[in-house]
Amino acid sequence: MTEIAIDNRAIYGRYPAVPNPVTATGKPKRGARFTLKRRSAIPGFGLTLGVTVFWLSLIVLIPLSALLLRAATGGWDHFTTTAFSERAIAAYKVSFGTAFIAAAINAVFGLLVAFVLVRYQFTGKRLFSALVDLPFALPTAVAGIALTAIYADTGWVGSLLAPYGIKLAYQPQGIVIALIFIGLPFIVRTIEPVLADLGRDPEEAAATLGANRWQTFRSVILPEVMPALITGFALAFARGVGEYGSVIFIAGNMPFKSEIAPLLIITSLEEFDYAGATGIAIVMLLASLGALLLINWVQHRERIKRGL
Amino acid sequence: MNRRRPLDAPAWLKASLILIALGYIAVVILLPLAAVFTEAFASGLPAWLEAVSEPDAQAAIKLTLLVAAISVPLNCVFGVAASWAVAKHDFPGKSLLVSLIDLPFSVSPVVSGLVYVLLFGAGGWLGPWLQENDIQIIFALPGIVLATVFVTFPFVARELIPLMQAQGRDEEEAALSLGATGWQTFRKVTLPNIKWGLLYGVLLTNARAMGEFGAVSVVSGHIRGETNTMPLHIELLYNDYNLSAAFAVASLLAGLALITLVLRTILEWRHGDELVAGGH
Repeated sequence: MTEIAIDNRAIYGRYPAVPNPVTATGKPKRGARFTLKRRSAIPGFGLTLGVTVFWLSLIVLIPLSALLLRAATGGWDHFTTTAFSERAIAAYKVSFGTAFIAAAINAVFGLLVAFVLVRYQFTGKRLFSALVDLPFALPTAVAGIALTAIYADTGWVGSLLAPYGIKLAYQPQGIVIALIFIGLPFIVRTIEPVLADLGRDPEEAAATLGANRWQTFRSVILPEVMPALITGFALAFARGVGEYGSVIFIAGNMPFKSEIAPLLIITSLEEFDYAGATGIAIVMLLASLGALLLINWVQHRERIKRGL
Repeated sequence: MNRRRPLDAPAWLKASLILIALGYIAVVILLPLAAVFTEAFASGLPAWLEAVSEPDAQAAIKLTLLVAAISVPLNCVFGVAASWAVAKHDFPGKSLLVSLIDLPFSVSPVVSGLVYVLLFGAGGWLGPWLQENDIQIIFALPGIVLATVFVTFPFVARELIPLMQAQGRDEEEAALSLGATGWQTFRKVTLPNIKWGLLYGVLLTNARAMGEFGAVSVVSGHIRGETNTMPLHIELLYNDYNLSAAFAVASLLAGLALITLVLRTILEWRHGDELVAGGH
């Protein structure tokens, strides 16, 4: 899934178009007559590109442009009043705030988990490594009711905390818990390949030069994994902002307090307030595009730094 | 083998790092998984059987299987076509096309459902025309399939594009120069090379298709026994305070997730080199 996405981007960057051996020789071989017209000798370009563009337009591009057009035809004033109503702003604060906190917690512990999985050998490692991917495979609604059962006052964890007056479920804290579950694999899977690539030589060099363990971590390891950490953080954050299924069960869903933006879209739709739903959707779409741009920018800078 | 290098962390530090990491995974991931199965069988096996075999649950299971059976092959064909076009040919705008294929990943599931309501719903652009011609898309099977196709859109393509790019074009070009047709080349040269990657992509697509909640929730209409998929049925039972039944149906989906993870791990283990050839 998304950890593969990062790999893909790395691959797109690293693999230049394979030079075509037929055209490269200059002297056309048998079967090379195609290459006079096209750059690749392999047929099926028109058909496959046609299918791709058709399907992409039908499923993704036309529906998304319908959303944008709908917002545009309503006019700017109408857009701002619906997308930035008091209740909507409160919902953005909840959604963005909890997604940020969850991604930050996961950045710390995800780095540790990735480090342990890459560096240390121990029994059950393969099992734990596979478990990290569970949030990708477990349906969000299932995660939502399970987390609620655990952290409610009568649950395994909730009943331990209730005597001390600590409440996690049906509070904004509950949203953070759900988003920690959802976001963990994004961070771990993004950092893992970078840590594995890094090897141990730079650390040993640093140690030889007299750095202690903490200095080595701060000045050698952390700068190397920082781009991957930021990318993983942005992926987890973007996913957390849009997350719905795992959150609504545990959130309590009180307007102005624990109501997330995606839920407000659904509430608006149920009241046939299409304009309201559209406005909030546009703001969320822009936020996730912003996160994507940040990721691309970080990776672009990395490629330049590495001279690729 | 366990030779300790002078620069390795001391044993106490290493042990505590491992313990913290495993403890974090246990609390964040293992605990919810255990909760699903514990709650599902809390009232005993007969109650579990009854919950998954009552008519509404059966209808939800059938609908979920039907939706996956339609949307997975559609995205499979798309994914193969897209990766063939992108990996085996050069054309301007290629990286834009790849970014657009990735787009559904970064859209909130609720927004994915919303766009179809805005297009096909009663107040949507095509709504009045659809009503006149008595075609139901929103709150019916077509809408659920569309939303599912949207959220699972990039999985197969994203798996195959880097794989086919890394494999290059030499083998296909050799087959073609020996007189094979395009279709023969694809079937006998390309397909055997990408079959494990394709299976991997299909697994991920299927897991997500059967478990999608947010997008489907917006377009389904929640008609009990008709347009409720398994995740929606779980929500309905849960909101009715029928917790053991909700967790019983949830345990089926959790089982599917576990099977997906096991198959995925086996694939990575046995055919890892054919999944991300030359990845890093």
